Amino acid sequence: MKKTATYVVLGVVGLFMLFPFLWQVSTSLKPAGDVFKSFDNPLKALVPRDVHPENYAQVYETTRAMGGGFARWYLNSILVAVAVTLGQVTTSACAAYAFARLRFPGRDKVFLGYLGTMMIPGAVTVIPNFILMREFHALDSYFALIVPAMFSAYGTFMLRQFFMSIPRDLEEAATIDGCGLMRIFTTIILPLSKPALATLTIFTFMSTWQSFYWPLIMTSEDSMKTLPLGLLTFMGLHSTQWTLLMAGSLMMIVPLIIVFVLGQKWFISGIQLGALKG
Amino acid sequence: MTRNGRTALAGYLFLLPNFLGFLVFTSLPVLASLVLSFFGWDLFTPPRFVGLHNFATLMNDHAFWYYGLNTIFLMLAIPVNMMGSLFLAVVMNQKLRGIVVFRTIYFLPSVVAGVGTYLLWRWIFNPDFGLINTTLRAVGIEGPKWLQSITWAKPALMLMGFWNAVGGNNMILYLAALQGVSPELYEAAEIDGADRWQKFWRITWPMVSPTTFFILTMSLIGGFQGGFEQAMVMTGGGPAGATTTISYYIYNHAFLWNHMGYAAAIAWALFTVVFAATLLNWRFGGRVVHY
Repeated sequence: MKKTATYVVLGVVGLFMLFPFLWQVSTSLKPAGDVFKSFDNPLKALVPRDVHPENYAQVYETTRAMGGGFARWYLNSILVAVAVTLGQVTTSACAAYAFARLRFPGRDKVFLGYLGTMMIPGAVTVIPNFILMREFHALDSYFALIVPAMFSAYGTFMLRQFFMSIPRDLEEAATIDGCGLMRIFTTIILPLSKPALATLTIFTFMSTWQSFYWPLIMTSEDSMKTLPLGLLTFMGLHSTQWTLLMAGSLMMIVPLIIVFVLGQKWFISGIQLGALKG
Repeated sequence: MTRNGRTALAGYLFLLPNFLGFLVFTSLPVLASLVLSFFGWDLFTPPRFVGLHNFATLMNDHAFWYYGLNTIFLMLAIPVNMMGSLFLAVVMNQKLRGIVVFRTIYFLPSVVAGVGTYLLWRWIFNPDFGLINTTLRAVGIEGPKWLQSITWAKPALMLMGFWNAVGGNNMILYLAALQGVSPELYEAAEIDGADRWQKFWRITWPMVSPTTFFILTMSLIGGFQGGFEQAMVMTGGGPAGATTTISYYIYNHAFLWNHMGYAAAIAWALFTVVFAATLLNWRFGGRVVHY
């Protein structure tokens, strides 16, 4: 009896979570005019009268004149997300190794400085960054989209915490065998940190994929936009083409869903790792 | 070179790439924006030093205070979302078949939260043909105009935020906290005849209080800075400024109206508030949290 009640609660909440997605899929497959029909029964609104998968191709066709349109935005997003992720994981891992294992003057002060900046709102730093890029004529470039996002205090902090938890015995043995620090880093620390590295990779990829404020400020040309911005431009031009908008935004979130489902266990551990700072 | 000297050198080299990036794109910009807040600058004529003028303007800027209230109004959703997450975590903290499937489904909205889902909800809130009003009409209710209504635009954003967040990170954190509560506590309480409600308030609630405190702190920090993307994608800050938050106001001043100095001043005011809230939270939180 109690179990049944629990399942009812779980099921109702699950419907609440899934319904918007069903509505999105259904809208994306409808003939353009059908979304503006009134229905006496919401279930009728939910099931497309006839299915139009070519809406998905239309998203590209109708935006093609905008600097290459949806295909270009998709490629930009992939390029930026992959480059930022690689850069951020690499620089964070190196810095985290220095903070966790190598002794040098000023280390702890610099680390405190890193921690302190995690509280500063993005709005504080984004204005000077915009001015900087403008002065160097770097607006509307991949440099502006990628390089500033490659350095993360959060990623450094998270990896440092993880590196600290690795026992030192292995490294000591390797040092006695004459291993250099670089070798210790690449053959001991990194392989042992796969879970943390995987987590940071997933988090960085997803947040860069969704990143909106930064590309909004750094780009104005259509050909340099990433997906979130491209969709927004598209909406401005075709505010009534809900079928295409839903198809476009669905194509944008599908990679996120795939990464999430495949990397679920890293996700859960990552949330808990991030909360340790609390 | 001594071994310590070599280690120190290696330390600097390992740190260098990250540190340079951090310096150029974070540390120096923080200082630059502080300096900028004492200037008036439209990007095209040379910057003028104006002393505290920007901050004085801020004090009498009705729009700033109105948008500040908007920001705080939207943050009223924080406790509601947290209670929702805790409730879901309690329901899920049972050995049931298929629980992983539910967890995945609940988590999904938070994974995809962003422009894609904001567009989706813009369509859901469509007064004539959207999902919500279509459904309400089926049971004979004419729904409000949601994003186009001064009264309903903020609640609409909060409803979407609830969908986005309730099953996400916070629920996972609560679930982990609940799994750390010893079952013996509940057994002892049952022997003493405690009902479900008493068990929740006397055992669960105090035992998860460190998590509650952590989530609250992070949500406050995020809340003060929040609302930009939703407003930009769904409402343009309207109707009549009803969904404009501080972060959106900063964006408008900086990138729409070229008031770089004033925008920097508002950003620093925001930072001060976030900082103060965090400090207060730590001081006050220490007393109500049971570790």
